[in-house]
Amino acid sequence: MNSPRIPLLLALAATGACAASAADFSPAIVYDFGGKFDRSFNQSASVGAERFKKETGIAVHEFEIQNASQREQIMRQFARRGASIIVAVGFTQASAVETVAKEYPDVKFAVIDGLVDLPNVESINFREQESSFLCGMAAAMASKTGSVGFVGGMDIPLIRKFALGYRAGVAYVNPKDEVFENMTGTTPAAWTNPSEGSELAKSQFGRGADVVFHAAGATGIGVMQAAADAGLLSIGCDSNQDYLHPGSVLTSAVKRVDVAVYTVFTEARAGTWKAGPRVLGLAEDGVDYSLDEYNRKLVTPEMEKRLNQAKADIIAGKISVPEYKAP
Amino acid sequence: MEAYREIILILAATIRVATPLVLAAIAGLFSERSGVIDLGLEGKMLAAAFASAAVAAATGSAWLGLGAGVAASLALALVIAFACVTHRGNQVVAAMAVNIIVAGLAPALALAWFDQGGQTPQLDGPGQRFLGIAWPWAQAARRHPVPGLAYAELLSGHNLIVYFAAALVPASAWVLYRTRFGLRLRAVGENPLAVDTAGISVNLLRYQASIISGILCGVAGTYISTAASAGFVRDMTAGKGYLALAALIFGKWRPYPTLAACLLFAFADAGAARLQGVPLPGIGVVPVQLIIALPYILTVLLLAGFVGEAVAPKAIGVPYTKEK
Repeated sequence: MNSPRIPLLLALAATGACAASAADFSPAIVYDFGGKFDRSFNQSASVGAERFKKETGIAVHEFEIQNASQREQIMRQFARRGASIIVAVGFTQASAVETVAKEYPDVKFAVIDGLVDLPNVESINFREQESSFLCGMAAAMASKTGSVGFVGGMDIPLIRKFALGYRAGVAYVNPKDEVFENMTGTTPAAWTNPSEGSELAKSQFGRGADVVFHAAGATGIGVMQAAADAGLLSIGCDSNQDYLHPGSVLTSAVKRVDVAVYTVFTEARAGTWKAGPRVLGLAEDGVDYSLDEYNRKLVTPEMEKRLNQAKADIIAGKISVPEYKAP
Repeated sequence: MEAYREIILILAATIRVATPLVLAAIAGLFSERSGVIDLGLEGKMLAAAFASAAVAAATGSAWLGLGAGVAASLALALVIAFACVTHRGNQVVAAMAVNIIVAGLAPALALAWFDQGGQTPQLDGPGQRFLGIAWPWAQAARRHPVPGLAYAELLSGHNLIVYFAAALVPASAWVLYRTRFGLRLRAVGENPLAVDTAGISVNLLRYQASIISGILCGVAGTYISTAASAGFVRDMTAGKGYLALAALIFGKWRPYPTLAACLLFAFADAGAARLQGVPLPGIGVVPVQLIIALPYILTVLLLAGFVGEAVAPKAIGVPYTKEK
């Protein structure tokens, strides 16, 4: 079916090899489980892709993973069809990127939340501990009971990173505050279990917590629902989730996956793209806490002042946020 | 006092976690007592969870959602019954096929209808969910923790489906052991030939049992998506159907022991949530992986050693062929 097109493509490649114009630029993105409308991590990536599409008019090839065996297949397919750069969203895609990037050394790859050491792969990671630290501070300042909660999804180093930063933020405001920490599970099913998430949140409320932070993907929807039902506060994750339950979501630990995706596409198009690791934190606007019309009333001016002060101190290196290292 | 409070809260969580297990296990009990293996509990619940959330989101009514959930689950139960009872197909294969179809079809339909990545919209309008019902003076009773807290947390404050599940167990026991239908149902699972000889239709009884199972799974699925959480998410039943089946075997296919098994599993689950990160005297902090595995370890231990022999209905899994 493809055979008649191949000579044409070869001819195009021969004539356009020296001067790559905008029309040749063909970016692709592979979303992880949860899909591009998960209201959280993947959705944030899709916002970045949409922005690039809108600003440049260049079509972005997209794929949503339905089962694990599709990862390598789709990446190979994109590479074969001449994608200029392939962005893989999510830590579980790293091994697939490593395999396919070796097979296609001329194609550019970028993996978000993973680390692949190859000359044609850019690995983008975030300092989640920094935004978690700010959320921990917000939680401690908003808590009336002196105890706050954390619900993680799957028990992996990335989620431990959130938890550790959060604890440090709570302790920074009030060292005596208690933090209850729960992980939902140890398999990928832990990302999609909202009823367990809400059960864990309720158990923390039962022990006296009145603010709960989730880093649990779709499981977190249950956590936030439980907080809204109980009239208590929750903190969102990855995307800005303040709008989900206005008046009950204190803030969100925003991870600007959209900025990362947009930047990768733009740099690849401009020819300034570089392989290797890149880490985005508060200083690079890669992570932040959210403040908008939905949580404006919950974040008092004093809280905002302290949060912004801490943010500046972290950027300046005056506060060092502990980073979780896998044992 | 603190320990008392803790125990009451764990028991309240146990009730919430046990509800879908009880509903599904009793659904399986009717089906299996009639001689049809009910491995399809998981798929029927997941279909109901999706249908109820989708309809509740579209119409704004939790009750219409419940109707849709029951209808979806019932339709699947009839498909399985048609394959296994009418056409004498393999019961395990048919049920697993349904489980796999639903696991793929529900997110696919959700994606097509709502365009939110295989989820239904968040249910947050009034009347879209089954919310807890506070009993009279529940708030006031909290001021006297013994026994007020127990009243406020354990009896009051649950949603309608929880009370339905609680009433279901004695009702099922009564139907099974005190009515003519129950006698015939038990007989058809043990010795369908004898039932047939008495002039009673084996297939009709098995269809009736499948219908009961379908309805109860529908209620269980509705509980998961519109009462325990607010909307459908891919694979949200998370193995509860299989856990219910384990509880049914553990309870030796009898209503009250099955209830006890469901409560035990739920208690282990609720307790595990509270044990995470809590230092235990003499042991220290137990690794989270071990705590999450605790309910399953408990299941294996109990099934292996403590319940004694679990004797299944004799004719279970065997399609009935009328003598020519």
